[in-house]
Amino acid sequence: MTKPSDMALTHREYLNKVSKTPHAKKLKLALISSEDNSVTLKLPFSDEIIGDPINRIVHGGAISSLVDTACGAAVFLTQNNLRAFATLDLRIDHIRAANSGEDIYATAECYRLTHTIAFVRATVFTDNISNPIAASIATFMRSNKQFPVN
Amino acid sequence: MTLTEQIKDLKSRCDYSSIVDLIPYAKFIGIETSMVGEQLISGLRFLDSNIGNPAIPALHGGVLAGFMETAALLHLIWENEPAKIPKVIDFSIDYLRPAVAASTYSNCKIVRLGNRVALCDIFIWQDDIQQPIAKARVHFLMSENLPLDS
Repeated sequence: MTKPSDMALTHREYLNKVSKTPHAKKLKLALISSEDNSVTLKLPFSDEIIGDPINRIVHGGAISSLVDTACGAAVFLTQNNLRAFATLDLRIDHIRAANSGEDIYATAECYRLTHTIAFVRATVFTDNISNPIAASIATFMRSNKQFPVN
Repeated sequence: MTLTEQIKDLKSRCDYSSIVDLIPYAKFIGIETSMVGEQLISGLRFLDSNIGNPAIPALHGGVLAGFMETAALLHLIWENEPAKIPKVIDFSIDYLRPAVAASTYSNCKIVRLGNRVALCDIFIWQDDIQQPIAKARVHFLMSENLPLDS
């Protein structure tokens, strides 16, 4: 059952909350779209998040943060309330490198939600989701506490 | 200077902290390195911008993933002085305990170093090395196959 206090925020508002935690703000993550059980976030290219200075390629860690945040947002959308959860595990396969300077997008889909666990998969891409740069899978343990609204 | 020359130069000057200057993302999340015994050890100093859940407050899961991947990368290039920054192939993390707003330390082990691929295990901890907050494994590409002649 969704509690009345959870109903005060629309989907888009609480997805925006998740993409505005301090680290998400530092990475300048932006919510691009959300539908059904899936969410797309954008990680803008920046010199600060380069991992390979010779080829000027974005570090895998910045992509991990993008994916973790997108997966979390997909869980919020799917459970339709602000119950908190903790990441249990996350795996990323880096299929190919993005070109330097390209913005990076992650589309995450929560494909199964139990009372305790949320199962999520994500695809990371630049211009075309059918030519991804990374594929990811994550699980989250759900709690009965509420995620902070501020 | 090539990467190999840069690492040799740092070693010759006993400069164990400037290697993070090679990787912008390492500085972005606040990684610092030092020599402990014979090992280069990476630490993550606490930064407000690394918070993922402001209520606890807890560090962002993506930052921890980025820290562990970078710690493994720095350990690997320090030990092996490669000509190029190894590329991450895949990365997998298990979260064990909440990461509070405090300094975090890493322990890396190269499980297997081949001609083409290296496998590293990493764990991170905060106040007690016996109570790790996350463990991860990562494969790096050290050098690529040459295309087969037809």
